[in-house]
Order: sequence, then C-alpha cells, then structure tokens
Amino acid sequence: MKGDAGFPIRIAFTKNGKVRFISHRDVARAFERAFRIEQLPLAFTLGFSPRPKVSFGLALSVGHESDAEYLDLELAEPIAVEPLAAAISAALPEGLEVFDVVALADRAPALQEAVTSVEWNIEVITGSAPESGEIDAGPELVAARVDAVLGSDTLVVDRIRKGKSTQEDIRSVIRRITVLGASEQGTSTAVELSTRPTSVRPAELVAVIGQEFCEGRVRRTRQWIERDGERLDPLTADPRIALEARAS
Amino acid sequence: MTSLWPRIEPLLAGVEKPARYIGMERGSRRPHHGPGAVSWLLVYPDTYEIGLPNQGLQILYEILNERPDAAAERSYAPWLDLAAALREHAVPLFSVDTHRPAADFDIVAFNLSAELVYTNLLECLDLAGIPVRADQRSEDDPVVVAGGHCTFNPEPMTDFVDAFVIGDGEEPVGEMTECIGDWKRAGRPGGRTGMLRALAAVAGVYVPSMYDVEYDGPALASVTPRFSDVPAVVEKRTIADLADWPYPKEPLVPLIEVVHDRLNVELFRGCTRGCRFCQAGMITRPVRERPAEQVRAMVEAGLARTGYDEVALTSLSSADFSGIDSLVSELVSDQIGCGNVGVSLPSLRVDAFTVGIASEIQKVRRTGLTFAPEGGSWRLRQVINKLITEEDLYAAVEGAYSQGWRRVKLYFLVGLPTEMDEDTLGIAELARNVVKIGKQYTKQASCTVSVGGFVPKAHTPFQWFGQNGTAELHRKIHMLRDDLRKTAAQVRWHDPEATFAEGIASRGDRRIGAVIERVWRAGGTFQEWSEHFQLGRWTDAMAAEGLDPDWYVTRHRTEDEVLPWDHIAAGLHRDFLWQDWQSSLAAHGLPDCRWTPCYDCGVCTDYALEHVVAAAVPPAGGSQGTGQDLSLGGAVPVLLGPTRGALS
Repeated sequence: MKGDAGFPIRIAFTKNGKVRFISHRDVARAFERAFRIEQLPLAFTLGFSPRPKVSFGLALSVGHESDAEYLDLELAEPIAVEPLAAAISAALPEGLEVFDVVALADRAPALQEAVTSVEWNIEVITGSAPESGEIDAGPELVAARVDAVLGSDTLVVDRIRKGKSTQEDIRSVIRRITVLGASEQGTSTAVELSTRPTSVRPAELVAVIGQEFCEGRVRRTRQWIERDGERLDPLTADPRIALEARAS
Repeated sequence: MTSLWPRIEPLLAGVEKPARYIGMERGSRRPHHGPGAVSWLLVYPDTYEIGLPNQGLQILYEILNERPDAAAERSYAPWLDLAAALREHAVPLFSVDTHRPAADFDIVAFNLSAELVYTNLLECLDLAGIPVRADQRSEDDPVVVAGGHCTFNPEPMTDFVDAFVIGDGEEPVGEMTECIGDWKRAGRPGGRTGMLRALAAVAGVYVPSMYDVEYDGPALASVTPRFSDVPAVVEKRTIADLADWPYPKEPLVPLIEVVHDRLNVELFRGCTRGCRFCQAGMITRPVRERPAEQVRAMVEAGLARTGYDEVALTSLSSADFSGIDSLVSELVSDQIGCGNVGVSLPSLRVDAFTVGIASEIQKVRRTGLTFAPEGGSWRLRQVINKLITEEDLYAAVEGAYSQGWRRVKLYFLVGLPTEMDEDTLGIAELARNVVKIGKQYTKQASCTVSVGGFVPKAHTPFQWFGQNGTAELHRKIHMLRDDLRKTAAQVRWHDPEATFAEGIASRGDRRIGAVIERVWRAGGTFQEWSEHFQLGRWTDAMAAEGLDPDWYVTRHRTEDEVLPWDHIAAGLHRDFLWQDWQSSLAAHGLPDCRWTPCYDCGVCTDYALEHVVAAAVPPAGGSQGTGQDLSLGGAVPVLLGPTRGALS
C-alpha cells in the first residue's frame, strides 16, 4: 500500500535571527500551517486524528541557527516542486526560509537515520561562572585547548542516560575542529561531529574544550549522508527518478 | 525609534521559553510611529501563552493599527526569570512587536480579565520604569489604561490606573486616540490633569482621579465627581451590531504553543440566560449575534490566512446561536483548505440537542465532553437560575456515552447562596448517576467533577451575598470528596485560599489598592499560578492596612449599602438586580428574555439597544429552551447564611 500514490518531497531550509528561539516542535507546527496556507495537496495519516505525513531531521536546539535543515513531506499527488520554495517561505515566519525542494524517492531512508555527520560553526566564549575568572576565550588559548582535545585518544564525559549517570567516550565522534579566529565575544570554530555512535551537543563539545568556556552563537552549516564511502548532500542523496526513466 | 532588541537578545539565552518575547507572529504588525500618531501598548498582564489568544486584545490591536492616527503594539508579563534579568541589566519592559520601551508609548493599556492578575499590572509598570501609583506620574509618563470585565468594579485598581474603559472597547479606543492626539497637537493644555479631564469626557471612560470618595467608618458613603463635566455615573459602551466589527480579520498565529491554539470566531456577544452568578452574562447584555454568513466567511478566510486546522466558535453559550446545527454541519461538510479541519464549541449547553451537535463535529476522537450544571440540586439551580433539570443532564450524558464518549467532565460551584449540605451532596449524587449511565455503554466510563468556590461579582444579583470563607469551602469540598471515594468519579477543586483572595479584589473599594501594592511589593506576582500564590501575603497586607478581610469577603451586603461600583453602570437597574436577588432566595427562576417578554433589566431600554437574534424561536433542546416549567422549587426551606451542619 505504501507509496501507492504518495509523492514525497524533501524541503531544505534555514533558521536565522529571532526565530532561532523557537523549538524544533514549534518549527514543525509552523511548517504544517505553512503547508495549509499554501494549500498543498497533503497526504494524511489514517486513524482517529489525521495528521499530515511530515518527518523531520535532526533536532536543532532552541537558540541555535542553521543554514542546513531538512524535512520530508508526503504529498497526495505529484506537483511541480520548483515553485514550492518561494511559496512555502512566504507562509513561514521571518527567519525560516526554504531554499530548495526536491522530489524524493519512495521509501527514502528517514533523515534522522540517514544523516551521519553535521558541521557547525560554534563560538567559544568565557563562561559566567566566578571560577572562570579572567580567562579570556581568545583564539590562542582556544587553539591550544583544541590541539589537546584532538591529540587525545579518549575523551570521557559524564552523561545521563535514562535517568542514570554514565560515562561515555566521545573522541571518535569529533571529526574536526578548526579555529577560525576571534569573534565578537570569543573565538569562532568550525566543527564536524558524527551522529554515531552517540550524538554530541555543541555545549558538550565546548565543555570538553574547556570547563570554563560556554557556547556563544551556534550555527549548523551542513549535514551529510555518508553511504558506501560517499559523502552526499541530503538534497541529492535520494532523488526521485521520473516514472518514464524508471520504466525504460 | 529605539529597539531594545540588542540588549534583550543576550538575556534570552538564559530564560525559559525565550520565544515568548520575540514577536513575529503571523498577523503581527510593526507599525510606524509617526509624530502625529498616538501610540498604544496593549498589555496582557499574564504569560504570553495565556495572553496571546485573548480576542479582545487582538481586536483592539487590529482596529487601532487600521487607523492612520494610531499605532499599536503588544506586550505580555515577562516570566519571573526574565523579570529578574531585566532588573539586573536595567532593561525596561518592551513591546514584542518592535522591542520598543514600554514607557515610550503614549498609552499603556492593560486587559484585566481576572482579579488575580492585578499585581502583575503593577509589576509590568515597575519594569517599564513607569511610577506604579497614578498620582506620582508626570506629564511625560504614558497614560495607564485598563479594560476588560474586571473594570466593572475598577475601584481596587484606581491607585494605579489613570483611565478605565467600561464595556466593549471597539469604539472608545478610537475616541481616546482622537482625544489624546488633539491634546498633544494643542500643546498639551492643562498638562496631565488636563488630558485626564478630557479623557473623562469620552463616553464609557472612567477617570478615578476626577472623583472624591467619602467613607462613613468602614462603610463607603459616596463617590462624587469633582467637576461638573465629569459624569456622576459612567455608562458602559456597547457595540450595537457585531456585523459591523468582523474582527480579528488577521488573527495572530503564535510561534509557540499557547492556550486555545486555534482560530477563534466569535458567534455572538452577550447572553440573556440570566445565570445569577455569571458576571460575564450580566455585563455583556444584550445578545448580539453575528450573521451566519459572516461567521462562515470569517472561518474560511481565517483558516486560509492562519493555516490552523481547528476553529472554535466562541460565545458564552454557543449552542444558543440561531441555526447553530445547520452552521456546524455546513462547516464540517465544507472541505475548507486542505481538509481535516476540526470545529469546536467551547461552551456547551447541557442537553441532548447540544450533544447531537457535538457528535456531528467530533466525528473522530471522542475523548471528553464537558458540561456545567453548576449546582447540585434542582432547587439550587433555580436559585442560581441555571435551569437545567436532572433529565436534561442525564439525557446529555446518555447521548455522550452512547455516541462513543468515555469521559464526561462536570463543572460545579460551591458556596452558592442558600446552599445546604444536601445541595453539595447532590453533586455527588449526580456524578454517581452519570457514571452509572456511562457504565451501560462502556466499562471505561468515567466522570470528573470539577469544583470551584463561588466569588460574588459586581453587577450581578449575587453582589450582595457574603462569600463562603475558606474553612467552609474546604469543608464542602472535603465532604464531596468523601462521598465520592471509591467511585469512578474523580473530584478536582480550585484552591479555596485563592478564591478568598479573588473575593478581596472582586468587591473591594479603593482601600484595597494599598493591599494590592503590598502583595506586589512582597513578591506576589503571578497569583493565578498556584505555585506562586500564598493567601498569607493578602491577609498580612489587609492587617497592615487595618482592613478586615471578612468585612470585604464573607459579609452579606444590605439593600441600602453604597457599593463601590455604584457609579459604574452596566445598564442593569439596581432594583432589577435586587428583585432578582430576592427571587433567587425564593428559588424562583427567570426565563431567557430573548424569547419571552422583556422584564426590564434596564439594558436595552436605557441604551436604546435590541437583541440581534436571527431566530424568533428558542433553540431546540431541553428545558433550557422556554418550554421549562419554572413554577417548581421553593419546597426546600431557604436559608441565607451559615450552612454548617445543615444535614444533622
């Protein structure tokens, strides 16, 4: 039954400015309303409370910005995807902007499972704790700490899993940390983190760089899907092949 | 002008739900504050989630912004965490639309829809850097205005509010804009006092500083205007025809989840059911229905604009709307927009007809249905004029359970006039029977009994009644819980201590202002939130001011007593209300005047208004139509006063 008449699409969007203070759930609701405002031919779930078939990618924390967010939507019928980016953007709050929409293959892997690594721009700033004292999160100090992090074999952090505190080694998750230079309040870094075997939040990474540091502005810049050794953009990873092409 | 955003933004990283403060909702405006425009900051003095859906505020926001001579923005009470951060960093209260400082507006106007938000008004003014007390404000400070149902007894807030708007705000906000605009253009003649005196001449506007108040011992002796051009009695404003006001046209769509998060379309304003405890029904007369065609157009346009998938048809008793059944079935069968749109009727009448409508609109997901019989016995329901028979209630719940609903919620008041323990226990009896009916249809049948303590309100027949004290309310609630133990009925109740504090403010006079200020200074904000409420703050403040809480709350008033709100008129004649109070004590019901001859409450005659009702006949249904036999009752001895031990 699945994929009978459904027409899945993948929507790529940014989250910038004031709107970064709304939650992942709020973003989802804003999109659902935008789909209705634009009167897209939505496919609905069956059951007592029919919902549009929307599946979101990795959550973005309240306060973080992003150049690369994705969601998948199933439409009830095929439509032209080219005009959709502008149309949906017009119905979204300022700061949420759709920059591309592509038709998606039937049964494409869900974004949450498919995405294997994420790139971030993370600003490292001095924490507000009194013991952080006069330590200045300038590029030199941050670069030295980053070198130490990258030079270590294990990085054990305390985490809470299902209400129990456990220890996890997150070294293998950190693929890259590059110090970009001074920012307004501290130091800008570019980071790439794997989503497996565990996911690491930017604040956790900053704490690993230095307990006395905090995250300042945080922006997700890219998401990657690695499959069979190939690094793919979520927009091009699972394209819908036109019916006539498939038939031939 | 100056946006505070760069100073607010860093504070938001450390607060709960920062999106409360960013604005940017669909429907929001960033108005241009031209030199000629009068600027309004409309403030709802509770959290964003509670304040944003407020329809009154949304309507005025839109009406004002449509005027070339006005600019309106919004603000909500910052939660405790942001309030502390604003003080620490010396950032003032701001509008959410352009993050402009509150004190930069010409008018800061509050919506007062519940007494327990009063201290938040003081908190907002203080955060804005505006002197909390009206008599300490200078010419450069904004005019502090309040509207909403609570202003029908404005006296407890007269120390803090410069001008109150009584009744429907749609028309007076324009007139006030012109009044203040003229005053500014004329070079501010007479300074602040000159402006307030000019505002006092606007119909429906009450400027408390223009009145002298005299006391005779603890009793209020008189409230008299200080000038001949200030009205002795301020009459409420009423829009004659809702069809002229199809607002909001561009409803605000919040970015975060709020209460009543859906499209709301007002079916009618006013209610003449005449429930004697209900201030909203009394002060909003007469009934003014919106034409059904306009309702449909507003639903369609509203859904298309907002992207909501649910619409609520709001009013004080939506099943009373003429032709409600055909309106609802049309809305349900129309596949508006993308389809799968839900329709809800928030205030359901208690009868089988209403359940029929509910089953039409809730084709799926029948979880819970709520009814409000309010009183536990037919006698008591005649006292309060909520004329629902047991047959109505049982037919309604039978309809609900038989059509797939599993949970029924019943709202009751305790502490009503003449209430005896058998009335209170009648609630338990009704609940047990409701469960019994439900069990015939589903094993999962349950019933929630929600109990609130009754607070008498101004401009109702019960304005003379002494409220039950906290001990008495606790006793009744306890008795009810005891009686329903080990049944499928669950009891939920409202805190009697909060009910008591509400009673202090609800019928208070000007002396209560000092009490409210003390409660606020002691840290008592967000008093509607049980985790922040302590009755001790209120009783300590009363003691410090030398005021007796029982004199204000639990004392019965006499016919000749000067009431603090006697100089505010809702159009209801005092002798009508007194007569209705006497009928109440005799357990005599009074029919709905929409479909029966006028009994001259005063509103239509004095204000030259008429009901605007499409159907000349009462709605189908149970005894809440006019087929009711009101001669019943009075068989139980009527007792006004303490009811303790009435069963023994």
